[in-house]
Amino acid sequence: MLHIVNKSPTEKASLQRALLVAVPGDVILLIEDGVYAAVRGSRSEGEIATASGVSVFALAPDIQARGLGSLLIEGIRLVDYGGFVDLVVNHPPCQSWL
Amino acid sequence: MNPDETGAPREPAKKFLLVNRRAPWGTIYALEGLEVALIAAAYGQDLSLLFLDDGVYQLLSGMDSTEIEMKNFSRTYLALEGLEVNKIYVETDSLLRRGLTEDLLAIAVTSLSRDEVARLLADQDVIINF
Repeated sequence: MLHIVNKSPTEKASLQRALLVAVPGDVILLIEDGVYAAVRGSRSEGEIATASGVSVFALAPDIQARGLGSLLIEGIRLVDYGGFVDLVVNHPPCQSWL
Repeated sequence: MNPDETGAPREPAKKFLLVNRRAPWGTIYALEGLEVALIAAAYGQDLSLLFLDDGVYQLLSGMDSTEIEMKNFSRTYLALEGLEVNKIYVETDSLLRRGLTEDLLAIAVTSLSRDEVARLLADQDVIINF
């Protein structure tokens, strides 16, 4: 399934909650302030690393808006708005951890 | 009535601190805080800005909001120095927890320890939060 996280990992525990229930094969998509979890050296880096078998994507327009392009954790893949739609279509169901 | 014209002594400038604790795009707080900073600067108050927690994300350089179709206000922070807003503080620990360093920021700041943040807060007449 697809987990969408749009809250900053240092403001809310949405990403931690998603990681608690994500199982191998699941996909996590970071959007809006959720993309701060994709920064190298942040506390989220270790949390994401422990979720084995879970792929993590981040929405490129939100990364660019926040100036994070050169600060990303290795292995996090970027998608554009079209890629967002593809993830929703290819990994049902979709849960938004608001 | 303008106190200068009456000959009454001018009140000493009050110490204002704007505390910014939110990331720049997900909510309106960052933009509101920046606008208040610009207004306060125009009134010649003793103004300081403090960036704590997710507020430090406001100062990252290289933001480009074209794709999210929002006006890029991040460059406005660069104008603060020209308005003589020079007391801009960032808590070192807030940066470190987010994997960030001072050299990633778009403007010159003074880094503060947590104890120094406490002293800065205690030293104000007015504290406004965003």
